[in-house]
Amino acid sequence: MKARVHVMLKEGVLDPQGEAIRHALGTLGFSGVEGVRQGKVIELDLAATDRAAAEAEVKAMCEKLLANTVIEQYSVELA
Amino acid sequence: MKAAVITFPGSNCDRDLAGGFEAAGIEVSRVWHKDTELPAGTDIVGIPGGFSFGDYLRCGAIAARSPISSAVLEHAQKGGYVLGICNGFQVLTEFGLLPGVLMRNAGLKFVCRRTALSVSTADSAFTQGWKPGDTVSIPVAHHDGNYTADAETLARLEGEDRVAFRYVDNPNGSMGDIAGILSANRRVLGMMPHPERAIDRAQGGDDGLALFRALAGALAPA
Repeated sequence: MKARVHVMLKEGVLDPQGEAIRHALGTLGFSGVEGVRQGKVIELDLAATDRAAAEAEVKAMCEKLLANTVIEQYSVELA
Repeated sequence: MKAAVITFPGSNCDRDLAGGFEAAGIEVSRVWHKDTELPAGTDIVGIPGGFSFGDYLRCGAIAARSPISSAVLEHAQKGGYVLGICNGFQVLTEFGLLPGVLMRNAGLKFVCRRTALSVSTADSAFTQGWKPGDTVSIPVAHHDGNYTADAETLARLEGEDRVAFRYVDNPNGSMGDIAGILSANRRVLGMMPHPERAIDRAQGGDDGLALFRALAGALAPA
């Protein structure tokens, strides 16, 4: 089973890198970009076959390592 | 008194940190991240600067989950002293021993220069050699030193007098100009500037020596 984890900064946390991307897009002539947030996508190949168990395990991975929940939020997709 | 300095793959200030402790007469053991125990009688653990695990995932994230980490956490929970500098500060926030996070510098650039710091509290083994308001000159060298925490955490740090150092001229966008903070029991210090790079006049200044000397004094057997 494959899992895809999206890690994004929580709303309200200033994202200096996203802001730099927004500026660069403006420089390239893409007007009208009002905000950019940058995050991470982490893909996992899992041996698990039970969907619910896999989801619970990936969430535990997010809490323990993949995301820093002080500033980041995560979501898990299973495929 | 004994210090244990931990080396992770990618640490590059471990030797200098050991030198800082030694300059104050503190005996130093070097510990590899795959070790699972600290040397017997360790009074203080030093977590050095550098780029542990290549800053993969998040700065300090992998180091904080390495084999030695449970021994360091146990040491801190028993009231042992811990000093984390630069990447070491990032590791301490990833451990959860210190609140908040170090985000990418507001200006997005790596900042490498000597900075003026204002000592915010003298109420710790690390800072008791100074008076609050003293200004010291210590180098910084980091890309992710932008101290960020929620309003409640910041208020608690301020209210409990746990900000150890502030930048006089903020180089990275840190909230409250925070350069270093203490744990609630005041025995864990995380700071972005490098006192171990300022222990000899030949390095351009020796203001950092006072931190190691204060520690040696505080931890000397009575």
